[in-house]
Amino acid sequence: MSALLKTVNLERTFGAVTAATDINVELNSGEIVGVIGSNGAGKTTFINMVTGYIQPSGGDILVRGESIIGKSPREVSLAGVGRSFQVAQLFQELTVLDNMLIAFGFSVDRKLSFLNPLRSAEKIEKAQAVLREYEIEQYTDEVVSTLPQGVRKLLDIAMAMLSNPGLMLLDEPTSGVAIEDKFTLMDTVMAAVRKSDAATMFVEHDMEVVLRYADRVLAFYDGRVLADGPTQKVLSDPKVQELVVGHHLDLSDSAPATTKESGHA
Amino acid sequence: MKTKSLALLFILGLAILAGGLLLPQWMSYLFTIAMGKGLVVLGLVLLMRAGLVSFGQGLYYCVGAYVAGMLTQFAEVTDILLILLASISVSVVIAAIIGLLLCRYREIFFAMFSMAFSMILYGLLVRMQVLGSTDGFNVANPSLLGWAPGPEGASDLVLAVAVFLVVSLGILAWRYLNSLSGYAGEAVRENEIRLEYLGGSVFKVVYVKYIIAAALAAIGGTVTALVSGHVDPEMAYWTTSGEFVFIALMGGTAHVAAPIIAAVLFEALRTYAFAVAPYTWQMILGFALLAIILFMPSGLWSLVERFQNKKARKTT
Repeated sequence: MSALLKTVNLERTFGAVTAATDINVELNSGEIVGVIGSNGAGKTTFINMVTGYIQPSGGDILVRGESIIGKSPREVSLAGVGRSFQVAQLFQELTVLDNMLIAFGFSVDRKLSFLNPLRSAEKIEKAQAVLREYEIEQYTDEVVSTLPQGVRKLLDIAMAMLSNPGLMLLDEPTSGVAIEDKFTLMDTVMAAVRKSDAATMFVEHDMEVVLRYADRVLAFYDGRVLADGPTQKVLSDPKVQELVVGHHLDLSDSAPATTKESGHA
Repeated sequence: MKTKSLALLFILGLAILAGGLLLPQWMSYLFTIAMGKGLVVLGLVLLMRAGLVSFGQGLYYCVGAYVAGMLTQFAEVTDILLILLASISVSVVIAAIIGLLLCRYREIFFAMFSMAFSMILYGLLVRMQVLGSTDGFNVANPSLLGWAPGPEGASDLVLAVAVFLVVSLGILAWRYLNSLSGYAGEAVRENEIRLEYLGGSVFKVVYVKYIIAAALAAIGGTVTALVSGHVDPEMAYWTTSGEFVFIALMGGTAHVAAPIIAAVLFEALRTYAFAVAPYTWQMILGFALLAIILFMPSGLWSLVERFQNKKARKTT
């Protein structure tokens, strides 16, 4: 059986600058992969290529064995790839409920109705159930632009997860979120991800978050994959610590990624 | 809220119909013209809610009017329903073709491209002697299902049909705006990327809205042609499209009744301005627009919203 995601010699250049090169990655259902690297290492470029946001300069991207090269973000999304953004991409001047209802309409119903009310009792109930799952139900009637970053991030992810994508890419899900809320946010997101059995990649700078939630780590450096393997192994690699993490990581107290438990570090 | 909105449209329609039938001929005429323009602006509002301002709705307004004129003059078709059907069909076909290009653009490019197409039609009409060139030509009196009311009753017939159209299309537009397609417009305005990643086609959303707006503009043009008994290329000129944008800004985009009310007020204001200052009436309109932008940037409908909010605060 072909891998859920397979990239072959993936490359992206911007003029004379090579943002990503020679990226060969395979990902299977249920895997949770942390993507680490310093700024400009190629993490977001990689995520953007896999989700059709930018096209690679070379190489191939296969989702369930089919190439997605040349496909638009919409087509990639319909192929079962979901994503969230570093800066939550939402309908800012609409309420949380309206955001969720629109997401339901396009991701789940997939029928552009012209006269049926969007705000029907049945649809509202379904939307609220999702908001409850992501623990943001109390913000149902709030306008998105007035909400804290953490709530926006959760809503962004909740909307992206609605279509039940086989592959979910989260670009810095905890950036801009208060330190004390990071683990709460990730607990909620990971609970939803595990429930769906989606293969998940999340870009992250906080090694505590990576250690806690990733089964596997992809370490990027200078546009290339420097290391790819189990979280503990990659993070204890001196080269990764020197070039990617930037300092020594003491992993002696860390529980293995696959036996993560609830509770905050 | 649903019932209230529908009731408001219904009452508005009845009031205009009663006003038009009971009041003097010139006022009936003014109301009918306002209804026609209100429909054009209703279409424009659908686009504006998606963040797109068209400066070219005059194109479809003129197409609707010319189809009506040509059918009555050259094909001797006077049935108002057939004329409306033909106007809508022609405008939809044109919009379906032009929309393929136009709906890929946003902001000023969309505005300017839409204006360019209306100016192309203007240029064509000015050069066509057979259609009266700059003078245009007259439109025969309409009939309805075999009943021809003649010159005296024709304007009342057009008014009644216009009011029926405003109310029924207003209700449909209201339902549309509350559907997924309606909300999709706001989603396009707010964040196209998120909509695409949800699996929605931004192009399709905009394209459908553009075609609906074109059909509404053609209906408005047909109503205007039939009540005024005349069509000319000015209907496609950019100032006519600008007038629709003026009315849209005046009313606001928050409710389907806003463009209709604004169109009535605009026609009244223009008539008054022309009566008191025949050479500088545009200045009065300019000051009116300035005042609205400064004090009611969301249009006259914001007054209704303010009233509703005040009422809601009192009850809580």
